[in-house]
Amino acid sequence: MTTYFTPEHEWITIDEAGNATVGITDHAQEALGDVVFVDFPTVGFAIDAGGNAGVVESVKAVSDIYCPVAGTVTEVNDALSTDPTTVNSDPQGAGWFFKLSGVDPSALDGMMDEAAYTTYLTTLP
Amino acid sequence: MSALDELRELEFATEFTGRHIGIDAEEEATMLRVIGVSSRAELIAEVLPPSIARIHPMMLPEPVTEQDALSELRMIANRNSVLRSFIGQGYSPCHIPAVIQRNILESPAWYTAYTPYQAEISQGRLEALINFQTMVCDLTAMDISNASMLDEATAAAEAIMLAHRVSKSTSEVVLVDDGCHPQTIAVIKTRCEPLDIEVIVGSLTLLIETTDCFAVVAQYPSTTGVINDIQPIVDGAHQQGALVIVATDLLALTLLRPPGEWGADIVVGNSQRFGVPMAGGGPHAAFFACRDSHKRSLPGRLVGVSVDAHGKPAYRLALQTREQHIRREKATSNICTAQVLLAVMASMYAVYHGPNGLRRIANRTAQLTSILASGLRSIGWGISGATAFDTITVDSGENTEVILATAIEGGANLRRTSNSEIGISLDETCTRADVERIWSWFALTPGNIPDFDTTAVRSPSLIPEPQRRTTSFLSHPVFNTHRSETQMLRYIRSLSDKDLALDRTMIPLGSCTMKLNATSEMLPITWPEFANMHPFAPAEQQAGYHELDRQLCSWLAEVTGYTGVSLQPNAGSQGEFAGLLTIRAYHRAMGEHHRSVCLIPESAHGTNPASAQMAGMKVVVVACDERGNIDIDDLRAKCVLHSANLAAAMITYPSTYGVFDNRVRELCALVHDHGGRVYIDGANMNALVGLAGPGEFGGDVSHLNLHKTFCIPHGGGGPGVGPVCVVDDLVPFLPHHITTTTPTPNGPRVGAVSAAPLGNAGVLPISWMYIRMMGSAGLTAATEVAILNANYVAARLAPHYDIRFHSGSAGVVGGGVAHECILDLRELKEATGVSAEDVAKRLIDYGFHAPTLSFPVAGTLMVEPTESESLEELDRFCDAMISIRHEISLIEQGEWDRDDNPLKHAPHTALSIAADDWKHGYSREDAAYPVASLKTGGKYWPPVGRVDNVHGDRNLFCSCVPT
Repeated sequence: MTTYFTPEHEWITIDEAGNATVGITDHAQEALGDVVFVDFPTVGFAIDAGGNAGVVESVKAVSDIYCPVAGTVTEVNDALSTDPTTVNSDPQGAGWFFKLSGVDPSALDGMMDEAAYTTYLTTLP
Repeated sequence: MSALDELRELEFATEFTGRHIGIDAEEEATMLRVIGVSSRAELIAEVLPPSIARIHPMMLPEPVTEQDALSELRMIANRNSVLRSFIGQGYSPCHIPAVIQRNILESPAWYTAYTPYQAEISQGRLEALINFQTMVCDLTAMDISNASMLDEATAAAEAIMLAHRVSKSTSEVVLVDDGCHPQTIAVIKTRCEPLDIEVIVGSLTLLIETTDCFAVVAQYPSTTGVINDIQPIVDGAHQQGALVIVATDLLALTLLRPPGEWGADIVVGNSQRFGVPMAGGGPHAAFFACRDSHKRSLPGRLVGVSVDAHGKPAYRLALQTREQHIRREKATSNICTAQVLLAVMASMYAVYHGPNGLRRIANRTAQLTSILASGLRSIGWGISGATAFDTITVDSGENTEVILATAIEGGANLRRTSNSEIGISLDETCTRADVERIWSWFALTPGNIPDFDTTAVRSPSLIPEPQRRTTSFLSHPVFNTHRSETQMLRYIRSLSDKDLALDRTMIPLGSCTMKLNATSEMLPITWPEFANMHPFAPAEQQAGYHELDRQLCSWLAEVTGYTGVSLQPNAGSQGEFAGLLTIRAYHRAMGEHHRSVCLIPESAHGTNPASAQMAGMKVVVVACDERGNIDIDDLRAKCVLHSANLAAAMITYPSTYGVFDNRVRELCALVHDHGGRVYIDGANMNALVGLAGPGEFGGDVSHLNLHKTFCIPHGGGGPGVGPVCVVDDLVPFLPHHITTTTPTPNGPRVGAVSAAPLGNAGVLPISWMYIRMMGSAGLTAATEVAILNANYVAARLAPHYDIRFHSGSAGVVGGGVAHECILDLRELKEATGVSAEDVAKRLIDYGFHAPTLSFPVAGTLMVEPTESESLEELDRFCDAMISIRHEISLIEQGEWDRDDNPLKHAPHTALSIAADDWKHGYSREDAAYPVASLKTGGKYWPPVGRVDNVHGDRNLFCSCVPT
């Protein structure tokens, strides 16, 4: 499965059935510093692409999480509620935020792959 | 010199200026040499753009001595006539324990402290605030409480904003019980209107059956004294997904079933009657408590428990990411300041009395109220409601005026609840003689006065059985230990000894203006004429306060170059909000309801966008150049783009980066050309007083921070006062109040923004004293010296640190700054791993409170020395900073390890220095006594090591630590 990236420093993977997993990138966790709290979207809610899908909070910053694609929330990573440090230690693995169903795979068209995202990071101030 | 001049010289009316300003002529000459200019005038000419210089010289009354100012203010105070107050309505007379008044309210160790951002040097007041939070949680039976709010009315409004955000209801309606205090309802209306939240006031019991809402607000007991069973309302509200907000009284809750036990979601109120004077309306500490599930939406300051570097418990401000300086326009609250000094007093009142003492006070008050009611009934008066704690409302009918007048003749105020009802509220200071006096005023036929003893035996409790409290409270040892005055005195002292305040060291906090809070300025605030005034006493009894208001407003108008001033906003944030509402009201009166865009530079303090959002405006961010000045091309483009809808632009001047932008007139004119009004944030007014007036160089509205520029002490994080000042054509729109009688009460004016008409009236004498003793020349000199001191610090530190922003004046060493300067440590961090925070903590080892950390630019320190510091203290600070830079170079050179050095482990506690197992690669002496002056000058030892912020926010705990 290919991982795609957004300019808001989120990542998304999607399977053939249209089930997606979303989290924040290593760059994002590095910029935030020690994550202390993650607020998730409500399971069962349909969210539009770009819609608000929770909040990630560190000691020094708080950032909104946007839903990269339209879909319905099927699961959130409750383990982060008890141990938000996983977002720092494994942002693109065990530190995933939420899963969506009913995602149109074409929504990923035009999103950055890992190489494009790495290039994108070099353009940031 | 003429004979008259010589006489003036002998009178020495300007003596205070020399006391307020920290340097003398000789020191000034030394400093000017270091800066590289020949005179103060030359320095000001180098850094201050000529285009903003005052057109009209500032004309204030000639200064007088401390003694004469006190005498003059005494005359004004004497015009207040303080009568015994039975008014209630949220404010009650009380006994301030003398040990608390003398050792907290009147102690500079408490009142000159800053907001406890630097946790390691603030453990004392943080503990007192944890006690406050525990006290509120216990009495309300709620999960979590913040460290105080500005007043009960704004707390209720904030509660509605929280509910609006978290409620699952789609309704845009809030139901407010008509039993709430009128001032609370007024502020709620002001706050809800710009956000299109509909406020419906009426009987909640009826409304909840028929009306969809996202929140309900009830008062318990009600403003007329009734103790309602709110359970059906709670159930009804929760059924439709609405939150229940309850405004309540802490003393009543010692006897009443607390709101948390019957399902309230948010509980607010005022802690004033816990040993804080009424002071004409404030300052007092209001409180805000909520369910655990809403803790991340809690407004205001929150103190939490974490651990320090040695694993010991340590207090700190928690969840700071909720605050407006981080969330900006996404913030739901713009509150920065709390009412820390008053929260500390209220918490100490609970420490002093303990649960049994508080219950005794409450029982006595309730019992006297019951006897009062029985007696009135026995002589034929009807009392509304069969329940009461401390307040009853009498159906006085057509006798209302006569009885109110008789009471005033007898030296007391009753409450005119309506034209046919009189409210009577008792308190801890009441005696049987007071009850008998009240009976006598209601005895329309002479001699028809009930007998106290016989009435007392047939006066049953008016607290209904189901509403009686059955649960314990304040069981923590801190509320059950300090019963003797000796213990109390030592507890207070032990806490203040842990903290660094202005009485021990300069506090060079940029943007905070930690100047002298002169003792003579502080004396009048406890004069009974000011301290014991009820905010809703009849106007004719408040002539002194009105005169103080009139004089102070006219002086502040003169200082700022504006025409009209309102002293009502009780913090800078509230002044901002009131100022933006004034602009909004103006546009609407002009028929331009669509003007709602507010331009805000990206360098602005986060309160600006938060306030704009609260005022119903749409924030559009304007870019800044690398020097922190507004990008004029971007401003022009945004003005053009939003021309039709432009409401306002908010500018901070000098900028938050501490630089005078010489194009400010041009910027203001640009905004005006597009129909917008210019809001100039007065946070940096200390760089302008006497030299430039925002009202003259293009501003339409400014707020001032009297707690910065005009000497009201910071109190460890409040009180503040944030007057809003406006140009001529905006004067008709300034906030009014429920007590204001105008021909068109609902005309164009902005509604009440504070619970009391004069906001934090009780601390206004401080600013009055300052201006009266300084006069125009003294205030101008203060500004010049503030600029001089900042430039001196910049000049001394420029060879060692990167001075981030300056005006680029070739003739000034350091490049020329306004009243503060920013030291950029980001390159040092790259090279050595030493962060701005490490430097801030290391300064504690040198005995200093750190400068402002990472504002307005992350990774920097912002230094504002103010005019009050001496050259010796400025040098001590500069020497410390230079010594720290030398320490950093030892890391650069590899002499000290990047991770094991005195900066990374700062601050060092006495315990860590004395430990047998010293394992560091630097010496104990390097750690604790890095400069010689510390060995002779006394050494401050922090009570805890570096506090772990991450641990605190991951394991949030906000009450007293169980022992």
